Amino acid sequence: MADSLRDLLNENVQRTEESGYYAGLRTLSLRNQDPFRWEEAVTKLVAAAVAAREVAVHIAASPLTRSLGETCFALYTPDGDAVALSTGIIVHVHTMSEDIKTMIGDGYESFPGIRDGDIFSNNDPMLGNVHTTDIHTILPIFYHGELVGWSGGVTHQVDIGGITPGHDIVAATSRYEDGLYMTNEKIGEQDRLYPHYLLRSRQGVRTPLYYDLDEKARISGSEMIKRNVIAFIEEYGLDFYHQISREVIEFSRRNFLARSRERLVPGRFRAVSFADTPFAKEAWQPQAKRDILHHLPIEVNVRPDGSLKVDYEGNSGYGAFAWNTALSSVLGALWVVLTQMLGYGEVVNEGFNLGLETYRPKGTWLNNNEVYDLSRQTPWFLTIPIYTGLYRNLQRSFFGRGYIEEGTAGYGLSADATQGGMVLSGLTGEPQQMYAPITTFEISSVGFGANPVRDGLDHGYAMFNPEADMGDVEDWERLQVGLRYLSRRLKPDTAGYGRRRGGSGFETMGLLYGVQSATVFSVNMGQVFPNAGNAGGYPAYSAYTLHAHGTDIVERFAKQQEYPRGDHPDHPEIDDHLVASQIDRLPYATYYPRSFADGDLVYMKYTGGSGYGDPLERSLAACEKDLQEGIYTLRVMSDVYGIVVSCDQLGNNYVDIEASQQLRHEMRQRRQSRSVPFAEFYQFERERLQSGELIGPVREMYRDLSQVGKRFWETSFLATWQLPQEFMLSWGDPS
Amino acid sequence: MEVTKEQIKRMGSMLDGCMSSKELFQVIADEKDPHAFDVLITYVQGKVAWTEPILLPLTDHLMIVAKETGKQRQAIVKCTCGHEFTEYRVNWKVQANVYVRRSEESFQELYPQGMHATEGWHEIREYYCPGCFALLDVEAVPPGYPPVFDALPDLQTFYRDWLMRSLPVDPHEFEDFTTQYIADNFAQREV
Repeated sequence: MADSLRDLLNENVQRTEESGYYAGLRTLSLRNQDPFRWEEAVTKLVAAAVAAREVAVHIAASPLTRSLGETCFALYTPDGDAVALSTGIIVHVHTMSEDIKTMIGDGYESFPGIRDGDIFSNNDPMLGNVHTTDIHTILPIFYHGELVGWSGGVTHQVDIGGITPGHDIVAATSRYEDGLYMTNEKIGEQDRLYPHYLLRSRQGVRTPLYYDLDEKARISGSEMIKRNVIAFIEEYGLDFYHQISREVIEFSRRNFLARSRERLVPGRFRAVSFADTPFAKEAWQPQAKRDILHHLPIEVNVRPDGSLKVDYEGNSGYGAFAWNTALSSVLGALWVVLTQMLGYGEVVNEGFNLGLETYRPKGTWLNNNEVYDLSRQTPWFLTIPIYTGLYRNLQRSFFGRGYIEEGTAGYGLSADATQGGMVLSGLTGEPQQMYAPITTFEISSVGFGANPVRDGLDHGYAMFNPEADMGDVEDWERLQVGLRYLSRRLKPDTAGYGRRRGGSGFETMGLLYGVQSATVFSVNMGQVFPNAGNAGGYPAYSAYTLHAHGTDIVERFAKQQEYPRGDHPDHPEIDDHLVASQIDRLPYATYYPRSFADGDLVYMKYTGGSGYGDPLERSLAACEKDLQEGIYTLRVMSDVYGIVVSCDQLGNNYVDIEASQQLRHEMRQRRQSRSVPFAEFYQFERERLQSGELIGPVREMYRDLSQVGKRFWETSFLATWQLPQEFMLSWGDPS
Repeated sequence: MEVTKEQIKRMGSMLDGCMSSKELFQVIADEKDPHAFDVLITYVQGKVAWTEPILLPLTDHLMIVAKETGKQRQAIVKCTCGHEFTEYRVNWKVQANVYVRRSEESFQELYPQGMHATEGWHEIREYYCPGCFALLDVEAVPPGYPPVFDALPDLQTFYRDWLMRSLPVDPHEFEDFTTQYIADNFAQREV
């Protein structure tokens, strides 16, 4: 009896492996007997999770949970398989599952024991979870003394007590800088939190009020699921509950395979994205002071039975940065995008997880559990860009099957999460010395990618949360007292170019006002293109950094003069409408915390989606609409889309059809005259590799691949360029 | 598989951008047309000036078609303009024309200053059809990066096991022959 859960876990794993069906369920007997009752019952279980979330968001304090819904709730079998999941950040279809399975595997049933009223928590990616900022609260569900399942909730915190403020920390280079860790801990019993846990959590973060209320939200939601499950068992009986909670998982597994075979084409699909870590100048810690180019390829194999094999061969190694991750982070991010493309409309649960296999080479940023002390605080830095490749791969497969309306050429990166903290001066009525976090989360509404039949959605997509919501400015200002929004508007030239354009990004000029001191940092891609398009579409723009210190903005307000509300580097408003003692414009967009003073400006900009198809084939009507909506500047309209703009007597711009057609014709001729046959390009690139004419981070990326991505290195890199095995040696010392 | 004129018209209207957003949303949200594959092929086949049967569409312009050469029946990649690339198990990019943007200046032909990758970190490769100079693919990759083979469909499994149809090309292995093609066709020049 002592380890009955471990036996159950092992039995189900064995039954699944031996039979090929979840828990050996070759037939769905309950569903076959009475499908209507089955559907009704499943709906009640899903509704329990959804209702928990809807209530919990009103208990939470942080706008991240309350306004944006950065939370989800789930029901699990006794051995930890997800049965039903709420809406929201469905990243966590498998993460809490990992927590539960780890606790069972580690013998928690014997010691410290699992009893009715116990409360467990985890935020360690090595055991489950995505990053420390996502806190899990998990309750065992008992019915007349028998453990019949688990309920769990997760919310995204404003601050987790790391080396700096923030929810996605830049400056953490080891586990000891990640902040508060709950490592599959029992944090309460008899439905009460332990006093030592309350002390530790309140004193371990910079925003204890938000932490406390979010904790209550998670407990309340999980408790709601628990009570609904007990009511369910009272209504349907215990045997029915056990059976249906397994059947719904097997049902979802079958649905996933059937959907895959309905929508996709079997075969191999490849895409790659990159990320830049500009730490040579930015990092404080000596071990982190280098610039890194991260290689993020993803290969999807759609197998004959409809299952997917996701192959991460060739991904870069781990390092002294916060972007490392563990299994559940990788799977979590995979699932949140896969459910949006293939799994929508179904019951999302462990069954989906059984429809795929992953290969994650050891020693990479996404498989490194043997290295205990790595920071795994901000894995989103790499998991967000890598899965643009998943979208691009599946879009190609959908297209081949005739479902041209499905999938996209990726998405804008949910990046530029400006964060930090402020001590208020009291100027605007708040208590002096009060601390307020900077925790912008407009990354929840970036541009979506295009596909063959439509443009991408403008400023309305978040890969990690299908219910994208940027939140109200007023809500943000209430939380981030001291960081004022001077604007929130569309940022021109941010939509990836293409026959169908990507969704546009947007921009915000932030003013620090009423602060005694402030620190600010951010994350985004600046030295690489953040994504790429499909079928001739271009990547969206790369980000950058813009700050202004020692400004005359307060005087400008007093005199009712214009002030900068955005930035376009070709004609910067900040030059015309501001006097500043220092303007920092950096080519990269990930920077360590910097000091700011009252009256300083922080510019925030959000990414666009990538394009689909040849921009010269974009209809003139669509181009005219872009022009009128300010999606692009005249220069981009001309140089990328071949659009000649004329102005009517009323001063309105319109597309000159004849002149545009002529310009497009000339641009096609220019393509012919300046492009070269592949063979010529091949020789040029190969010779450049042989002569070693590459910048340090690129050379280091290839050197790293020769160690942690040997299959990629040998079968793709060396074989393509016809280079010998010892090739790398000729490059000498990378320094 | 017979498809109706209405189905073909709807496919064309989606691709050409004539369909309203509301109608398009319905297409996305409704149950899928089980004949979409045949509709797309029929639509494209009706638009192109050549007759090789389309086996699988890859993009707006690139199609895998059945090509008879003597007694050989191969699956090759063909552009809607009629230009023929090599067989589909070799990355079509090795027979495309390429223009590479490596410098700040060339990035700034497309992107505002500062809103593009840093020179040396990334280059933009534009792959054109040598027949019509349509832009077929864009890669944003570091210098020296092998060209990406975007899509290698398993045609035989698709036709035989998923569509339950015969594939009108000779039986063949499902394998990537790109590096073999490169070794056979591009002489090594040592620096």
